[in-house]
Amino acid sequence: MTDVALTASVRSGQSRSEVIAFVAMVAVLIVAPMFIYPLFLMKALCFALFACAFNLLLGYVGLLSFGHALYFGWASYVSAYAAKVWGFNPEFAILAGAATAAVLGLVAGSLAIRRQGIYFAMITLALAQMMYFFAVQAPFTGGEDGIQAVPRGHLFGIVNLADPINMYITVLTIFLAGFLLIYRIINSPFGEVLKAIRENEARAISLGYKTDRYKLAAFVLSATFAGVAGATKAIVFQLASLTDVDWPMSGEVVLMALVGGLGTVFGPVAGAFVIISMQNYLAQAGQWVTVIQGVVFVACVLLFRRGIIGELANLLRIKL
Amino acid sequence: MFEIFGIPSGALFGQLLIGLINGSFYALLSLGLAVIFGMLNIINFAHGAQYMMGAFAAFFVLHYFGLNYWFALVIAPFAVGAFGVVIERLFLQWLYKLDHLYGLLLTFGLALIIEGLFRNYFGSSGLPYQVPEALRGGQNLGFMFLPNYRAWVVVASLTVCLATWFVIERTKLGAYLRAATENPALVRAFGINVPRMITLTYGFGVALAALAGVMAAPIYSVSPQMGAHLIIVVFAVVVIGGMGSILGAIVTGFGLGVIEGLTKVFFPEASNTVIFIIMAIVLLIRPAGLFGRRA
Repeated sequence: MTDVALTASVRSGQSRSEVIAFVAMVAVLIVAPMFIYPLFLMKALCFALFACAFNLLLGYVGLLSFGHALYFGWASYVSAYAAKVWGFNPEFAILAGAATAAVLGLVAGSLAIRRQGIYFAMITLALAQMMYFFAVQAPFTGGEDGIQAVPRGHLFGIVNLADPINMYITVLTIFLAGFLLIYRIINSPFGEVLKAIRENEARAISLGYKTDRYKLAAFVLSATFAGVAGATKAIVFQLASLTDVDWPMSGEVVLMALVGGLGTVFGPVAGAFVIISMQNYLAQAGQWVTVIQGVVFVACVLLFRRGIIGELANLLRIKL
Repeated sequence: MFEIFGIPSGALFGQLLIGLINGSFYALLSLGLAVIFGMLNIINFAHGAQYMMGAFAAFFVLHYFGLNYWFALVIAPFAVGAFGVVIERLFLQWLYKLDHLYGLLLTFGLALIIEGLFRNYFGSSGLPYQVPEALRGGQNLGFMFLPNYRAWVVVASLTVCLATWFVIERTKLGAYLRAATENPALVRAFGINVPRMITLTYGFGVALAALAGVMAAPIYSVSPQMGAHLIIVVFAVVVIGGMGSILGAIVTGFGLGVIEGLTKVFFPEASNTVIFIIMAIVLLIRPAGLFGRRA
């Protein structure tokens, strides 16, 4: 993958601009709930983590998964079920969701990496659709109703998450932990190999790297983080439903990463906030949301391939 | 009536026929995808939306111009194909130098726009479309009842598929196409207008999808989301068959339709997922697909 949009992050290592941006982001997110409806922020944060997880795969390994709703949605089902039926504490419910996503990622990933490029995208989409049909038919998912009235419970048995501020702090912590872990992965030696695979897989193979193993590891990591995001969302909204496993959700996360900037650290976060706000403000517009999302897709691909953060970084000549 | 494995023959052959019908659509659509991918290196995610547009075109032609099915069968592919040509000139032509993934993303966006617009104007419930008069009724074959229209769909799509195969593999035009797929620069050097060929190829692939849409209109009702789920199944068909071979796409399409139909008889719970399961098995055994070459 040698496209300009994806090579924004060729220079590696921590840069000052990234530290400043991170501090600014954390500061904004701490102050934000005083001005903005916390439930909206929590939704955006869950999707931001989801988009970061997706970007780990597309932005840094060059693999387009068109089926990330699979991990997001199934993790949300498992965590909702664990919290509601088995009475798990929220932290264990989320872990159960993430573990499910990891296993699903291992299975789907080992099938999908057997083909390259465009086929990879089609395989991930098809596998996700298969698991969507399972979700429709399986008795424990509740079919069209989903799993409703999931208790938020007490974090570690102590902190009552029914309180919106406690819930917000928990979600923010999960998001920041996920964000930093992904950042760490991208900048580790492992991450450098991933970028090498993105730039020139044949060359990476000739240098002795077993690229399939690296791709699979990245796929499982991405699926796991997507799972954490989905599981958290189920606890926050006390709901797991078919929307989260269906293919439009897979498309949405692609859009978020694309709008924010593929292969940038902060892009997916910005993209998620943009898309979620757009959906919120256009909620009464009904079907037009789909049309507008389509237009944004087309515009991004044709004119705006670096995305918001990518363009910004390019303009200021810094790394973000 | 007799029974096979404890299942009445009527039900078995009925599902087999439905399988063949679905297989016709899988074959037509995956053929269009393969032809487009060969020339443009783009996976046309809008294929399902264009199939839906074909069905709607048949509906419009009937209700606003009073022209029947047979006219629709000609007009719809041309109209939707022309729409495809416009799409190619406006959007797709800027993407050929970029990674394949951008083509997928752009056509995905187009699919969202088209399907969203149709849902806005026509709602989610389907519009009925009558079976043309000449093809109403059916034949009693003794072991099953064969509706004429369904027999027509299978025969017609098989004919179109084989004609496409013939044109691409056995004519001079097809030779140009195949050559341009392998090495566009060289073919251009021989004085052939490759960009125009690419545009027309996209138009042709889209027209195939629209033709499938017209044929589907009397069987399924005409609705904005009729293509959205179908296209994902067709992707699985394409992964199974591999896009290297035209004949492979046709055989895989029909074959998987039949397998899906049989699954409906013997194990209905899995009928939605059987094609995806086959895809997974094929990926394990023959990663390049049944008819594919290792890239």
